[in-house]
Amino acid sequence: MKQILIIPILFPLLSAITMLFFRRSVATQRIISILSSFLLLAVAGGLLAAVISEGMLTLQVGGWRAPFGITLAADLLSAVMVAASALIGLTTVLYSLATIDRERERFFYYPLLQLLMMGINGAFLTGDVFNLYVWFEVMLISSFVLLVLGGTPVQLEGAIKYVTINLLSSSVFLAAAGILYGMAGTLNMADLARITPYLPQQNLLAVVSVLFMITFGVKAAVFPLFFWLPASYHTPPVAVSAIFAGLLTKVGVYALIRFFTTIFSHEAVFINEVLLAASALTMLSGVLGAAAQYDFRRLLSFHIISQIGYMIFGLALHSPLAIAGALFYIVHNIIAKTNLFYVSGIVERITGTYDLKKAGGVYAAHPVIGMLFLIPALALAGIPPLSGFWAKFVIIKAGFQAGEYAVTGIALLVGLLTLFSMMKIWNEAFWKDLPQPQVEGNRYETMGFGRRLLLFSPVVVLGLVTVLLGVFFEPVFRLAETAAAQLLDTQAYITPVLGRME
Amino acid sequence: MYSIILATASRYLLLLLQMFSLFLLFRGHNEPGGGFVGGLVAAAAYALYFIANGIAEAEKLLKVDPFYLIAAGLLLAVSSTMPSLAAGMNVMTGIWFDTGTALFGKVGTPLVFDTGVYFLVLGVTLKIIFSLAEGDLQ
Repeated sequence: MKQILIIPILFPLLSAITMLFFRRSVATQRIISILSSFLLLAVAGGLLAAVISEGMLTLQVGGWRAPFGITLAADLLSAVMVAASALIGLTTVLYSLATIDRERERFFYYPLLQLLMMGINGAFLTGDVFNLYVWFEVMLISSFVLLVLGGTPVQLEGAIKYVTINLLSSSVFLAAAGILYGMAGTLNMADLARITPYLPQQNLLAVVSVLFMITFGVKAAVFPLFFWLPASYHTPPVAVSAIFAGLLTKVGVYALIRFFTTIFSHEAVFINEVLLAASALTMLSGVLGAAAQYDFRRLLSFHIISQIGYMIFGLALHSPLAIAGALFYIVHNIIAKTNLFYVSGIVERITGTYDLKKAGGVYAAHPVIGMLFLIPALALAGIPPLSGFWAKFVIIKAGFQAGEYAVTGIALLVGLLTLFSMMKIWNEAFWKDLPQPQVEGNRYETMGFGRRLLLFSPVVVLGLVTVLLGVFFEPVFRLAETAAAQLLDTQAYITPVLGRME
Repeated sequence: MYSIILATASRYLLLLLQMFSLFLLFRGHNEPGGGFVGGLVAAAAYALYFIANGIAEAEKLLKVDPFYLIAAGLLLAVSSTMPSLAAGMNVMTGIWFDTGTALFGKVGTPLVFDTGVYFLVLGVTLKIIFSLAEGDLQ
């Protein structure tokens, strides 16, 4: 059973390699992409089911016993993240089939997408700090190439900022891992969780934990380290923007949660105060930045940041309810945010522009698309009964319970401003008449039925998931509560990895 | 610039360097060497041949596009994990097979992995060199 842990990593790699042999045949690459994404989703579902029924799974790669070898470990959090990212991977492949141009397809777009999935899954599943660094690099290098693929000037400009800041944060990560290894003599997460409370140099440990906070803060786009995100996410093709928006920052949030619950649990008091302030500023600066934007995707990019603030807020409160809320929030946000980017691509195909001032009239011409936009948009703003309402509700309830009235107030205000932002998009792109003359031709009209099907199926599927997450909130949240309880009980992570200690 | 001395020498050196690269590959597991450095030496052999005889000759000698060497190397490296998966062991556990002869000794999945690395490094290096050389001609 434990073998299933390696499959989400091995599978995308194998399909990417297979595609390399068919580099002249884009059609074959497409078929392999679809098949492997469906299978990956099935495997991820199987992994989640296995973790729910059997508890945490661990795999010692190469048969080397922990903490000497590399450990793969899937608790509930990891399994849920792998499942959510597999769903996003599948929808992105479908959406790419309809939207990515021939030239990018020829230059290994589909293999790169699979390698990106491999990096993301690896980051979620590894139980070793250095191995996490390696998976981050796999993920980042694939994302660098996906970001510049096509080589338009605006893409290159965005990529320079993205690459520079991410390389910088990777070197901070490496330095922090080095210092940690020098102190603890191990980088196995479970072993670290066991050792760190008893290390003599607690001051240095605090420094290291701040270094980790910085490096994951950059990847997660936490205030004040988020400037690279709105500078780069709107430049590549929309399918790439969507998968970046859905998954990459969440890997950073995942790492923050993993480090500051499992590994540095005893260090949490100081870190939580920093994170609390950062979360308030992240929420605010993201949503205020969005208010000034009139580019569809830039606006959504700023909202990624403000939403990250809620997740960090949940982590900083550090109560079981708050962490469960943060976990639910991550899943809700992965689904809703990716979906909004998909919709932005559809709107661009109809109106010919991402500029909201020049767009318009979508609702009159295509009322269904308007509805499909409203589901994720209202979910993001937190309107019941959609998933975002419950996510915000739990976090805010936990905030009041903890007595953090100021930050909770900010969270409420930001929810209101998010609604304002979404209504701005609605008014500009959907409600008002299309300004004449139209910027560019309507590329939607010329699309065949098959392409339209591929364009809409991801939006419909993710919209459905958003609704279902809201309607079946209770069982899903019970899962999140179990995951949070696992995270806060460090021993529950240590024992399955290291075996029973004396 | 065509040098007859270099061109003649490179033909013999190619063989020698290739043998040396294989030697490095096979001694890799227990002594210094391995797929990475072996692949680099093999690539150096072809690079020398290309410098002496030109890009067209070198590509003709190699017969396959280096790109497929990359893909094949990757596939070989990944396939080295399959026996451990099939046997139900922890993935990437080394499985050794004792041939019983002094010449080969023990052969195992790490050698398959190393051979994959060998082709991967050879492919990547040659792809870079050939691409640069073709860019130079244009």
